[in-house]
Amino acid sequence: MPKLIKMPKLSDTMTEGTLVKWLVKEGESVDIGRSVADIETDKATMEMQTFDAGIVHKLLLKEGSKVALGAGVAVILDKGETAPADLAAFVKANEDVAPAPAAAPATKSVSGSSDARRAASTGAILPTAPAPRSRAVSSNGVRVKASPLARKIAVELGVELSRVTGSGPGGRIIRADVEAAPTGGAGSPQAARPSQTIRPVAGPDDQRIPLTGMRNIIAERLFASKTQIPHFYLQMEIDAAPLMSFRANINEQSQKTSGNKYTVNDFIIKAVVRAATAVPAVNSSFDGDSIIQFKHVNLNVAIALPEGLVTPVIKAAETKTVMEISQAVKDLATRAKNKKLSPDEFTGGTITVSNLGASGIDHFAAIINPPQAAIISVGSIRQTPVVNDKKEIVVGQRMWLGLSGDHRVVDGAVGAQFLGEMKKLLENPALMLV
Amino acid sequence: MSAPITSKPVKHADAAINKSLSVEKKRALYRDLCRIRRFEQISLKYYNAGKMGGFLHLYIGQEAVAVGCVSLMGENDHIITAYRDHGHALAVGMDMNACMAELFGKRTGCSKGKGGSMHYFAPDKNYWGGHGIVAGQTPLGTGLAFGLKYKGLKGAAMAFLGDGAVNQGSFHESLNLAALFELPIVFIIENNGYSMGTSQKRSSAYPSCLAERAVGYGMAWKQLNGEDLYEVRAGVHDALERARNEHKPMLLEISTYRYQGHSVADANKFKYRTKEEVERYEREHDPVGIFKAHLLRDGTLDEAAATAIDQAAITEAEAAAQFATQSAFPEPAEIFDDVYWEVDQKTESGQTGRHFFND
Amino acid sequence: MRRLSYRQALREAFDEELARDPMVMLMGEEVAQYNGAYKVTEGLWTKWGDKRVMDTPISEAGFIGMGVGASMLGVRPVMELMFWSFYTVAWDQIINNAGMVRYMSGGLINCPIVIRGPANSGTNVGATHSHTPESVIAQFPGMKCVVPATAYDAKGLMKAAIRDNDPVMFMENTLLYGEEWDVPDNSELPGGELVIPLGVADIKREGSDLTLVCHGRAVLTCLKAAEILQNEHGISAEVVDLRSIRPLDEETIFNSVRKTHRLICVDENKPFGSIGSQIAAMVQQHCFDDLDAPVLRVNSLDAPAFYSPPIEKIQNPTPEVVVARALEIC
Repeated sequence: MPKLIKMPKLSDTMTEGTLVKWLVKEGESVDIGRSVADIETDKATMEMQTFDAGIVHKLLLKEGSKVALGAGVAVILDKGETAPADLAAFVKANEDVAPAPAAAPATKSVSGSSDARRAASTGAILPTAPAPRSRAVSSNGVRVKASPLARKIAVELGVELSRVTGSGPGGRIIRADVEAAPTGGAGSPQAARPSQTIRPVAGPDDQRIPLTGMRNIIAERLFASKTQIPHFYLQMEIDAAPLMSFRANINEQSQKTSGNKYTVNDFIIKAVVRAATAVPAVNSSFDGDSIIQFKHVNLNVAIALPEGLVTPVIKAAETKTVMEISQAVKDLATRAKNKKLSPDEFTGGTITVSNLGASGIDHFAAIINPPQAAIISVGSIRQTPVVNDKKEIVVGQRMWLGLSGDHRVVDGAVGAQFLGEMKKLLENPALMLV
Repeated sequence: MSAPITSKPVKHADAAINKSLSVEKKRALYRDLCRIRRFEQISLKYYNAGKMGGFLHLYIGQEAVAVGCVSLMGENDHIITAYRDHGHALAVGMDMNACMAELFGKRTGCSKGKGGSMHYFAPDKNYWGGHGIVAGQTPLGTGLAFGLKYKGLKGAAMAFLGDGAVNQGSFHESLNLAALFELPIVFIIENNGYSMGTSQKRSSAYPSCLAERAVGYGMAWKQLNGEDLYEVRAGVHDALERARNEHKPMLLEISTYRYQGHSVADANKFKYRTKEEVERYEREHDPVGIFKAHLLRDGTLDEAAATAIDQAAITEAEAAAQFATQSAFPEPAEIFDDVYWEVDQKTESGQTGRHFFND
Repeated sequence: MRRLSYRQALREAFDEELARDPMVMLMGEEVAQYNGAYKVTEGLWTKWGDKRVMDTPISEAGFIGMGVGASMLGVRPVMELMFWSFYTVAWDQIINNAGMVRYMSGGLINCPIVIRGPANSGTNVGATHSHTPESVIAQFPGMKCVVPATAYDAKGLMKAAIRDNDPVMFMENTLLYGEEWDVPDNSELPGGELVIPLGVADIKREGSDLTLVCHGRAVLTCLKAAEILQNEHGISAEVVDLRSIRPLDEETIFNSVRKTHRLICVDENKPFGSIGSQIAAMVQQHCFDDLDAPVLRVNSLDAPAFYSPPIEKIQNPTPEVVVARALEIC
């Protein structure tokens, strides 16, 4: 049988070889182990032996040619044997481009969730080592899975993580999930909302109105607030007469200069901001095992729109004058009506003011805007008989202020201190200018 | 004790241990020589064809040492060697298919493809490897002798090493311990003249020969010529008997020659020695040819019978290569087998705590 | 309960195992006639004789390799390195022979050996005698590594190590040899003997705010730190003693971190690739969502062991350093 001598592997790292010199001639007889050629490898020039005995029929390579491992270099025939008719075909059929002894499995590219990717990438490629027998089931508890970055951002934005659905591996909340939760609330309200146990019965004449995104968020957040935050409520009546005359005076002057018209609410907001600075315990949030007291007073102003309530934020309000506050509120209200507010203008609030005075409400108890610790409710200013310093009954101007507090953060006395501060400011409005 | 045990001027074939060999046994010895020679040649062929990874240290030219020594092993005799370990493996009777498949990295290999050329083991045949670190096996061999003595068994260990191993500390520590504790061990230096590419003269300081270093440990020593299987048997037999009966270690130096390079990848094998030197050994000192001549002379074999034995060895080695080619590679899952006994046996201990730390 | 020193507890383990299995024997430098350089094997040569308790020359590569070889034939040698620091001269025998031979033989061989001795710094003996190689050993699959902190653990773990059929590297501590602990007499134990399985950690002190994972003498450091944290800072630290490095009880670590949400790994290794590094890697992967703070490590300061006594004292983790690091994350 004709034998093909192939380019041998002469070192552990060799992949190709150069035939430097033939040591046999065509027609020459060779034994097993006979050196037939000098081969230059990656390391040195070495002799190549034949493992077959016979007659050298054909030297396939010219001296100096370089070929891959396993390529044919010579043909040997047994004594008296006839050569293959098609020598080239014989060589081609018997050449052996050596495969690596154990090729590494190809890495598959996989898509899908990162869990799926991990399972697919390692599960399909790498074996699993014996694992220890499990001795105990650990309780991973109710801890929210969220990346450290997501936790940090959630605090900054006032997002409550327990209400956000994670899109990361294993349902982990990641940065994007927190940032996608608009008013510091639920990223995926349907998923996060507790099931409603008492359902209404709707008849054929009743109208079923699907929840708008805004209504969804209000439902989510205020349901969470009222069920998770232990509310308490304080009310305090103040003398609004000084504020009213102060405002009238200011507006009169202002018309001559800047032209800005101040509302009662502008001063109330300023009073809330000043009170929050004076009583920072109220400008806080409960965070599981700690309370976060905020450096800045980021004040949410509740603005009623036909579709529902929005609460944009005046950030770092403690740095702003009454005029700046007044302009900011006007700007927010205008843009809220035109739906021009950006998501980040809803986030990061630390305390909220809700004023229903214009709607004729005298006083009310508001639901805290989570995860804040307090909301200030403001009623209408109305004329009412009051007893003055001289024990006379006169016509006075009165207004009710309310504070709904998170009792985990704020105690009644602290809340009272806060309202007391507001009363002092609003009854002496000039203090708010200094 | 420190003087060499001098060879008596006898023909080694006439030594009692050789005289007593049956015709069958002598043919078996010749068959072992041929099987090793052909196994190594066929291994080289497939290495050259790119079927194997790593290194391949061939035993061609040294066959009479392994075959001679192993032929003297009794039930409680054990051997251990270095990385040039194929000859000893086949001599103790390891399956040629399993040996060849190991070179191919197949799961049917004697070490399931986990050891490769340098790491053959057969504890059931008292063969403890197959070790890659030069002289690292000599303390283990000392331990085999220690184990025999501790268990009160009458037997001896043979620890093989190359002439390149004699300058390693672990070898000297082994000599000291064996002499100090009077352990039944024979250290056998297979001196093929070259520690890789460095000749003996360039690598070792010694009085008259390497074995004479035993004098420093108060240990007996002897030089033997490894080209003659009869001489190997005669000399090693005496050393083994002394170890078994008197718990006295001995250092033997058996001169031999390797025809191939240090490993297959020894690019300079004709730089540190001449081609003429190799050819002279092949022509005048070939252990297979010399033993064949013994058997032709004493009528154990004729040419035809010798050729038949050799041809059978070629056929067997080629069949082993086919077996290896057709065998499957190990499964990736086998990576974690054979690391811990307790895990493999699924014992309580093996299932307690994490043993493997892949993420 | 009776009090026993760490060294007495080890001695009891040897004595009981020598009695139980005739294949068990002790060897090492000065372990027999000299009674042990640290008196751990005191009296055992007198009781058991030359064969079972054997002195070796100062020849670590030689006698460790000899023990490994003997173990392949079924002998169960317990070999003492007078200092684990001397592992460097026997490294090839320990790693390539004891550690690799099972794998390279495709599971045909196993080496039921124990190599033991003190592995600690802090005794002013200079860098060469102050290595803590458990993190180096743990690098090698095939090896097991045990580091007891108390007399109770030392006895129970040693008995388990001797019975184990894989090579177990057992690391003691010269600073602990004299420390006394409660160790029950066998008659007080339900099974009649004290055997602690490898791969089971022990919570040495329960806590809720912070987990301190440690082993060896660092366990005592952590217990002191935990006391300070509780008394002076109102922080409740849980002290998890690994006891066994490989196999490793990850469950106890993870469960503790899932409870406390904070972790400091304390050990006397050098920081790079320390045991704490491995634990930190595992915890960040498996307890990522349970962490309230980055995982910290407290290690031996990253330079060779200082000789000068007052300096070496602060080179190793101290309770004060552990407390300071704890306050950073609590």
